[in-house]
Amino acid sequence: MTINELQLKSVEYRRKILQYIYHAKAGHTGGSLSIIDILNVLYNRILKVSPENWPSKTRDIYIQSKGHCVEALYVVLADKGFFPEDDLLSLCQYQSPYIGHPTKKIKGMEQNTGGLGHGLSICCGSALAAKKDDSSVKVFTVLGDGEMAEGSNWEAFMFAAHYKLDNLCAVLDYNKLQITAANADVMGLEPLDKKLEAFGWAVKHIDGHDVEALTNAFESLPFEKDKPSFIIAHTVKGKGVSYMENVLKWHHGVPNAEQFEIAMNELV
Amino acid sequence: MSQESVNAQAGISLANLEIFASTLETIAKADKDIYAVTSDSRGSGKLVSFGQQLPEQIIEIGIAEQNLVGVAAGLSSMGKKVFAVSPACFLTARALEQIKNDVCYSNNPVKLIGISAGVSYGALGSTHHSLHDFAVMRAIHNITVVAPADNFETAEAIRQAAQAAQPFYIRFGKKVMPLLSEEDKTFVFGKGRVIRKGRHIALIGTGETVYPALEAAGLLQQAGIEATVVSMHTIKPLDTALLASLAQHCEAILTVEEHSVNGGLGEAVASFLLQNQWHKPFKIMGIPDEYTVTGSQNEIFTHYGISASGIEQATLQLLQKY
Ligand SMILES: [Mg+2]
Repeated sequence: MTINELQLKSVEYRRKILQYIYHAKAGHTGGSLSIIDILNVLYNRILKVSPENWPSKTRDIYIQSKGHCVEALYVVLADKGFFPEDDLLSLCQYQSPYIGHPTKKIKGMEQNTGGLGHGLSICCGSALAAKKDDSSVKVFTVLGDGEMAEGSNWEAFMFAAHYKLDNLCAVLDYNKLQITAANADVMGLEPLDKKLEAFGWAVKHIDGHDVEALTNAFESLPFEKDKPSFIIAHTVKGKGVSYMENVLKWHHGVPNAEQFEIAMNELV
Repeated sequence: MSQESVNAQAGISLANLEIFASTLETIAKADKDIYAVTSDSRGSGKLVSFGQQLPEQIIEIGIAEQNLVGVAAGLSSMGKKVFAVSPACFLTARALEQIKNDVCYSNNPVKLIGISAGVSYGALGSTHHSLHDFAVMRAIHNITVVAPADNFETAEAIRQAAQAAQPFYIRFGKKVMPLLSEEDKTFVFGKGRVIRKGRHIALIGTGETVYPALEAAGLLQQAGIEATVVSMHTIKPLDTALLASLAQHCEAILTVEEHSVNGGLGEAVASFLLQNQWHKPFKIMGIPDEYTVTGSQNEIFTHYGISASGIEQATLQLLQKY
């Protein structure tokens, strides 16, 4: 997929995220709009995964640590053909497998996540297993900035560097907001790059909505031999919808009919 | 011949911890997909030899139990047969959310090995005791909970769990445990072992409390009381068929466990009995809901009556023959 096609995909994905959240009257709207360009590039340019040979032993692995932004992942997996997109009309409904966090009930999902601070440790185990097997499998996760306060993440940061997991890449969807307030007010993360470098990771800052920059970053993995790679992807919560951008209430706010129409008119 | 058979013939009994380690090393030598994952616990897990013999199959996490279980889940998801070995007190409390989500809910079939369980650490105090682990594990779906009583049960539990495609929690202590039976050589998860039969009382123990129950049965016999003794090595799923049979054939039932009296084996048995209209004289022995008395494991056991004479006395009271 070309950069231009990726950009068009991002618009399409944002529209679908909002459509299914609007239909379900539930979802993590702001975060799904901030993570979506990262998932777009991962699934359309980087990851060796496909529904045809799922779950192939040699597939790349993506485990979404910030599980609550599952709507973005559902939309991408549907687009890749893992399941019929219409299934998403049952999002968060009684007895639907399409729940509000990643679940292995859905083809294409690696793990059940949702509790914060879990994805990276699991990725560490998967990446180490790939190393043990001399496999070329690469392992990816996307973390939320709020969950960076979880101690388990820092245990995993130590582990990944200790075991030289250069087949592991963690991306931070750094929209700088969490459910209560700005990260800086809840529990400051900065200077994050220095912290991660001190923990033994190779770190890059990029614009997390620039699909070309994301593509270039992912294609240059690992950033350093024998080091795990960390991408600090600077993003905007609610990206693409003017009244949602950087506004706290859209963490899991659902648009009403009028707001939905405004959003659809903006996302073209 | 298996290690425990060799030992039995030589009259040697070891701690279940030792048998766990030697069994794991034996099976891991034959299967390179078997991994031991430790949290600075290879010494306390008796896995020093494993680490020397199979350095590629032991993974050190450092003292980070949450990461221990998360990494174990990731390894397991890639087809590795993973034994996550850590003191039961830390493994099942610090890493409980990882156990619940990453192992059980995500169905990554990790074998969680809780070493030095219950009050094995004795005088080190309550930070190092696990008297909650049966209770929390019983409330989590998709995990088998096992407390083997002797060397035979431990070796079988480890061997069989290695081949199982589901999560397990197996906990044991480090006290030397005599073989319960020379004859009965069957071990099936979810099926209690009847070590001895008698009609007056069923003494149902698990892990290191089965042996004192067996000794108590000997004392009771001298008083004319015939006791059945069961090693209920699997706490979940519980052997309800055996419980129904015990309820039918014994006058009273007593459970004994190295665990809080809240939420463990005893309450699991009580729940089954009551919901199936078995109203019998019944007693739960274990560690009461209080600051646990200080002392060695033996002293704590004796203090709370988890001993041959303590179980004998509790039985006599239950049968109103004191
Ligand atoms: Mg955020």
